[in-house]
Amino acid sequence: MADEVVDHGRRRFLTVTTAAVGGIGVVAAAVPFVESWQPSARARAAGAPVTQSLKKIEPGQQLIVAWRSLPIFIVSRTPQQLATLPKLTTRLVDPDSDVDQQPAYAKNETRSIKPQWLVMIGICTHLGCVPDYKGKIEPEPFDPNWQSGFYCPCHHSHYDIAGRVYKSMPAPKNMEIPPYHFIDDTTIQIGVDPKGAA
Amino acid sequence: MSNVWSNLGDWVTERTPGMLPMYRKHMTEYYAPKNFNLWYYFGSLALVVLIAQIVTGIFLTMNYNPSAAGAFDSVQYIMRDVEWGWLIRYMHSTGASLFFIVVFLHMFRGVIYGSFKRPRELVWLLGMLIFLVLMAEAFMGYVLPWGNMSFWGAKVIISLFGTIPVIGTHLVEWIMGDFLPGDATLNRFFALHVIALPIVLLLLVVLHIAALHEVGSNNPDGVDVKHGVKGNRWSPLAPADGIPFHPYYTVKDLVGVGFLLLIAAFIIFFAPTLGGWFLEPDNSIAANNLVTPAQIKPVWYFSPFYAIVRMVPSFMDTAVWGVIAMFGSIFVLFAMPWLDRTPVKSIRYRGRGYKIALTVFVLAFLGLCAVGTDTTAEVIPAWFGSDVDVTFWENLFGRLMTLLYFGFFAFLWAYTYFGWETTKPVPDRVTTHD
Repeated sequence: MADEVVDHGRRRFLTVTTAAVGGIGVVAAAVPFVESWQPSARARAAGAPVTQSLKKIEPGQQLIVAWRSLPIFIVSRTPQQLATLPKLTTRLVDPDSDVDQQPAYAKNETRSIKPQWLVMIGICTHLGCVPDYKGKIEPEPFDPNWQSGFYCPCHHSHYDIAGRVYKSMPAPKNMEIPPYHFIDDTTIQIGVDPKGAA
Repeated sequence: MSNVWSNLGDWVTERTPGMLPMYRKHMTEYYAPKNFNLWYYFGSLALVVLIAQIVTGIFLTMNYNPSAAGAFDSVQYIMRDVEWGWLIRYMHSTGASLFFIVVFLHMFRGVIYGSFKRPRELVWLLGMLIFLVLMAEAFMGYVLPWGNMSFWGAKVIISLFGTIPVIGTHLVEWIMGDFLPGDATLNRFFALHVIALPIVLLLLVVLHIAALHEVGSNNPDGVDVKHGVKGNRWSPLAPADGIPFHPYYTVKDLVGVGFLLLIAAFIIFFAPTLGGWFLEPDNSIAANNLVTPAQIKPVWYFSPFYAIVRMVPSFMDTAVWGVIAMFGSIFVLFAMPWLDRTPVKSIRYRGRGYKIALTVFVLAFLGLCAVGTDTTAEVIPAWFGSDVDVTFWENLFGRLMTLLYFGFFAFLWAYTYFGWETTKPVPDRVTTHD
């Protein structure tokens, strides 16, 4: 027994293979624990579409509804507010909405299906706060030449009345437009694209 | 009577042969340098605060309800209806802020006396890990009362991970377990805050102290006591400039504990919110995912790091740069033992350039603190009139402070690597020896 020669190669092979198989087992055992952190079936089911009537929203007024627990801004924009949009292009990061923050059918100057109605996820693209609606075209403490839009109270990002972000702000992108469509002239459904759109 | 106790002691010692040698190694025969000053209180104070947080925390969990529907109300219940509940919660909330005060001062001590340098690099790295875990622990604890600042703080901090390209959005949903912070988020944060992170924290503290006792404590002169002259009145083999940790430093540290408790008691009884600095008013409103508080600002101890996120602008269509800079501002501290290459440890014997740079660094840290707590946003219009462009001046100031913060580390490396520093001669023994 004492004279037996130790086969180091065999011993190393067994050590490495045992460690490797054990390692694979540890990774496999970790998967259920890591996956348990994913949104649960209940949380995913809560993401159903939302239907909203626009009848009672006055011109210049904002309504906030919840869709997937996200605040959805619905603004009935006045002609004066819409008239500010072409004037601002030089002050904006992405005036033509080239960054993919809206469905193709909302990639236009007003970032909407109908120019009057802005439907937008009211979440600042910086760190997820809800910007305030500052709808009047008048000097504001943060901008003496304010052209109406949204102002984020967290880190002071400015957006125009189509949710396009101004230059030199903490926020990098325009606010996101959700999928939505008009069921009839005064009712929208949020969460579903118009028929025929991708 | 004394015979009974010594017999019991012998009985235990015979059955646990390692206990007495371990007690001697870490207490009565751990020879710490005799010249410890005020700065050396903060290590033991951090341990005292940790124990206080664990004890008060355990009692808070007895009445706290970790659910989005019940959390806010259960905290109000603790404050109003549970006998002495208000005291236990205020001890815990005040303890959190005091923990960071004590830890910041403890870390600063390590910097000025070069305690992170060879052979104590591992002590420093373990300490930095403790600091990281402590930040995670504090953040998750802050979410638990489920006030509106808890909710929005959680949302903003978790969104930091959303700026990571490609996996960001998915990672955020994975951390929250939902599309917004909710029940799932609150429950997992509760589990991490009350059990997972405290266990990690305790383990790291044990390793931190074990690593320290292996190489021995540094001191305000930065002199190597352990390998210097031998022979003191307890042992001819012990360092001449060392004294037993127990009873000498345990008694000294008790004085520090007395002061800490005095300050803590004053805050707990007379100013538990400390004017919004320790507990923010917006957190007395229940969480509401449709209303952002008018001002979202972190608690003071996160403000310098958070200010860096705000000060770094987005470019190339992403906000990830600010997040990288924020984590960088913490991770750069890990590299201190390799950035500061001067062998002289203590600030007492270091060059003028080092002292100036360190002063600038402290001011930059405080400046970032002012930006992060929105103090600058209030002070600028008050001092310079309401017609000034607050955003412009705040950004200018904050970006300058950010540059100075990182500039300190760049300067420190260059200053010590290229040998520009003129140091003074370091004595062989501590300056206060007999």
